[in-house]
Amino acid sequence: MPWELKSDRPIYTQLIEQIELMIFSGVYPLGSKLPSVRDMAQEAAVNPNTMQKALVKLEEDGLIITHRTSGRSITEDARMVEMAKTKLAQEQISDFLEKMQLMGFEQKEILTIIDNMVKEMKK
Amino acid sequence: MSTILECNDLTKKFGSKTAVSAVNLKIERGQIVGLLGPNGSGKSTIIKLANELLTPTSGNILIGGKKPGTETKKIVSYLPEKTYLNDWMRVHQIIELFSDFYNDFKPEKAYDMLKTLNINPDDRLKTMSKGTKEKVQLILVMSREAELYLLDEPIGGVDPAARDYILQTILRNYNENATVIISTHLISDIENILDYVVFINQGQVVLTSSVDDIRDEKGKSVDALFREVFKC
Repeated sequence: MPWELKSDRPIYTQLIEQIELMIFSGVYPLGSKLPSVRDMAQEAAVNPNTMQKALVKLEEDGLIITHRTSGRSITEDARMVEMAKTKLAQEQISDFLEKMQLMGFEQKEILTIIDNMVKEMKK
Repeated sequence: MSTILECNDLTKKFGSKTAVSAVNLKIERGQIVGLLGPNGSGKSTIIKLANELLTPTSGNILIGGKKPGTETKKIVSYLPEKTYLNDWMRVHQIIELFSDFYNDFKPEKAYDMLKTLNINPDDRLKTMSKGTKEKVQLILVMSREAELYLLDEPIGGVDPAARDYILQTILRNYNENATVIISTHLISDIENILDYVVFINQGQVVLTSSVDDIRDEKGKSVDALFREVFKC
């Protein structure tokens, strides 16, 4: 998965989001070992210090575990991942709802539109 | 963290023209720092002062606590804005020269990078394009295990693909205790790899900040901020 970094937001927050996505989508499965900071930084074409900062934050959030001798790995706790996933979904949805409200939609209307679209997709 | 480069009221005048004016600056170890400013802002002058190619009119500049001289040159790897290598030399001869000259030079690193960039070590410099020459020079500079790398316009003359490779080279070869200072005005190309930026204009430091702080506080890229600060 290529790293895409936008220029108007801090790099480390974008790295966090992308690593989260890679965990959710299974690029990095539960319990798997992460590449070294240096390798990850090089792959993303960012400064190792910035990558380090992102990984430390992910560690605080409990998604990544650091072993004293053998580097970092993804947590084996599926609940942790589920929680982070739900949190990300909520953030995205609240952004979306805000925009819809700006366009003047009522909550019911929004739900109807979503409902119809999901039905369309199923066909 | 300790300081690798320090300027105290550093001033350099050329006749009546002040190129660097009372600059105070501290740069820590373990960072990649962008020295950013428009043409003629004093970037190269500061780097030359750090290499003892120029001496300050007043104030001082210290590398690891010492004035620039023989001792500091052992720990500083410098990429000048212009080439100083002999045109008639073959790349492998220059590598031998560097091995003799610098204790911390790793020839195997140099050969490795030459191979990746498809540069033949038997070629003479004078048969090479401007961009290839620049690549060779950067390879030489980054093949040292220095404490401070001073890169004066390292990406100016090369194409975007080679630029990416050069940035990768910088990332790969600097270690956690080393500091890389890159002077350039091609900001958007390098801002993702920078920890810290120093904006310089008319010989004075106008802003120092971490890249993430700029993006966080101003919601814009370093490149966009630069265009705003130095609007003509």
